[in-house]
Amino acid sequence: MLWTRKHLITLEELSLAEIEQIHATATAFKNVLARGVKKLPALRGKTVVNLFLEPSTRTRMAFDMAAKRLSADVISFDSASSSTTKGETLRDTAQNIEALKADMIVIRHAASGSPLYLSKILNIPVINAGDGAHEHPTQGLLDTFTMKEHLGSLNGRKVVILGDILFSRVARSNIYALTKMGAAVTLVGPATLVPHSLTELGVQVSHDLRSALADAEVVMLLRIQHERQASSHFPSLGEYTSMFGLNKTRASWLNPKAIIMHPGPINRGVEIDSDLADGERSVILEQVSNGIAVRMAALYLCSGGQPENATITD
Amino acid sequence: MSSLWISNARVIDPASGRDKVGNVFITDGKIVARLSAADKKSAKKIDARGLIACPGLVDIHVHFREPGQTHKETIATGTQAAAAGGFTSVVCMPNTSPVADTAGTIQFINDAIRRDAVVKVYPTGCITAGMKGLALAPIGSLKRAGVVAITDDGECVQNNELMRRAAEYAKMFDLCVMDHCQDAAMTQGAVMNEGIMSIRLGLRGWPNAAEDIIVARNVILSTYTGAHIHMQHISSKNSVELLRRAKARGVRVTAEATPHHIALTDAELATYDTNFKMNPPLRTEADRQEIIAGLRDGTLDCISTDHAPHTDYEKDKEFDYAPNGILGLETSLAISLQVLVRENKFKLPHVIDLMTRKPAEILKLNAGTLAEGAPADVCLFDPEETWVYNSRKGFSKSSNSPWHGETLKGRVKMTIVDGRVVFADGKIK
Repeated sequence: MLWTRKHLITLEELSLAEIEQIHATATAFKNVLARGVKKLPALRGKTVVNLFLEPSTRTRMAFDMAAKRLSADVISFDSASSSTTKGETLRDTAQNIEALKADMIVIRHAASGSPLYLSKILNIPVINAGDGAHEHPTQGLLDTFTMKEHLGSLNGRKVVILGDILFSRVARSNIYALTKMGAAVTLVGPATLVPHSLTELGVQVSHDLRSALADAEVVMLLRIQHERQASSHFPSLGEYTSMFGLNKTRASWLNPKAIIMHPGPINRGVEIDSDLADGERSVILEQVSNGIAVRMAALYLCSGGQPENATITD
Repeated sequence: MSSLWISNARVIDPASGRDKVGNVFITDGKIVARLSAADKKSAKKIDARGLIACPGLVDIHVHFREPGQTHKETIATGTQAAAAGGFTSVVCMPNTSPVADTAGTIQFINDAIRRDAVVKVYPTGCITAGMKGLALAPIGSLKRAGVVAITDDGECVQNNELMRRAAEYAKMFDLCVMDHCQDAAMTQGAVMNEGIMSIRLGLRGWPNAAEDIIVARNVILSTYTGAHIHMQHISSKNSVELLRRAKARGVRVTAEATPHHIALTDAELATYDTNFKMNPPLRTEADRQEIIAGLRDGTLDCISTDHAPHTDYEKDKEFDYAPNGILGLETSLAISLQVLVRENKFKLPHVIDLMTRKPAEILKLNAGTLAEGAPADVCLFDPEETWVYNSRKGFSKSSNSPWHGETLKGRVKMTIVDGRVVFADGKIK
């Protein structure tokens, strides 16, 4: 099967086969990253622009690294240094970037739908690095990639996503990928952050941590994004932690082989006990490492590469 | 004496119960029962075979952006769009820049109307000073300056005490209070209906409960004060039910529905097209159906467009950052015919009633009928003609319409204001 997409905007629109293609390509790249020379020529002579209009550390560094591992030239800029702060519209910013002969654009934006908007304006591939509370497709891909490394097939596996689902693009992308891969997904958290209508996406919603965590093979914690929430969504961080924070006792309810995930940044002591974040079941740093291979796959495929040619060195 | 003789039209005038093929006679700007032999000879004759002749349409909710935002629309371009859409009387909202909260601003607007308008325009004034929701605007002076209603449209008065006093005070002048029903605290940052679509799109949701609460508040205040409160652009099915029960009890409330809320749902937002972004937002199919039911049983009194022009460059933005609102005047009739007559089997006179007599009655405008002695405001339209709507070639200064490029059925052929043809053959006269 050939990869035909030019843009990576959502996981909602990807087929299972496409998700598997990205994973397979990422596996090939991950093997390369284990070698002494970690670089491939796939994007040599191409310029990737990282347009990060919302703060990001991990995602931006991972995209940066991924593009460089593929020998692309990389230009990164953020909202503080860009002319969007001078009132330039996104359309004008993007058209200027294209006029500067960029070959690909990676966008992070606080407004949901901006990557789709850009993909309609520009002729170059657009990769969504997170848009508002909408999607974060490469995060969903790297999370499921990491789960597969530990569990094998995700079909029928019990996955719990715990925390602020309402405002989370990571949750949405994971929900789409996991349900396509056959996982049994349960979303847990306070009712104000995990509305019941989410069940329409083919997942379970629960507000009872104990029954939800029982025998779960994966628990993914989401950061409580206090900067996004009106104060009305829950009483306090303290109450959140006491009701929904993952601690040793609660972790004991999980399947003994369960892995603990978090897309970062972590609020230690809020959604997760510090010890658990660093514990042997935690795969949080593996997620970060896998983020490079998965983003290499996304950049490579959307720039016209095919999975079987991914690691050809010249 | 100048006379007009419209012949062979299917004349529909719900106010007088008329619906048959015949003549409309006009002399000196008024509808007359007949023309003398001499007048018949000199009259300008319009053969309207195959067309409907109805009262000029009435829209009690438009935004003409003058003064202050004339890059979006002006009274000249707004009224031209109205004429092209078959409207002869429109009521403009006070959220101009500055807002219309003083007699001086109303006078400025009335001067512009006298100078530039091709159809009749009736201004409204603010409920509160600066439309800030803190203190009453000079409602008596506004009334004297000529407003037909007061409203803080778009900035729903949140303080119940202030709203109660506004209603009581306005009642003294027999002024209607029009309200955009929205609880502000429940809708902070909201850009679309709250539901599965807002979850999927990752956009901040505006729950219909935020409308229902204010509708209920207004029903209670109208009951308490006896004041007439008009609910603008009802979008929620529960609000329709609240109004149905209030009206059954005889509460002095009226309400309107827009063409977009009866034609579209939030499913249209899947591609983040900002021409589907308005406030209140498009809601679900269940809401849409109940609004149609409300128009059918009279719970909702009329159709209004909430014609809200914004330039391309303002609308062409990230969904969160684009302003609310769409054009309505040039498409209202065709969309209403499509949704209500063809899809929901309303009788044609019923739909015309919702766009003429009923809205005129809400604000006591001298409009909405072809009865003898009435102002000769007439709309001639072909209910069968199909046409492609190009919003960029319309008469509005802006082009923000969800129906751009759509094939519509039902087209205005001529608009007459006070016996004068203001729109015909696709042109402003």
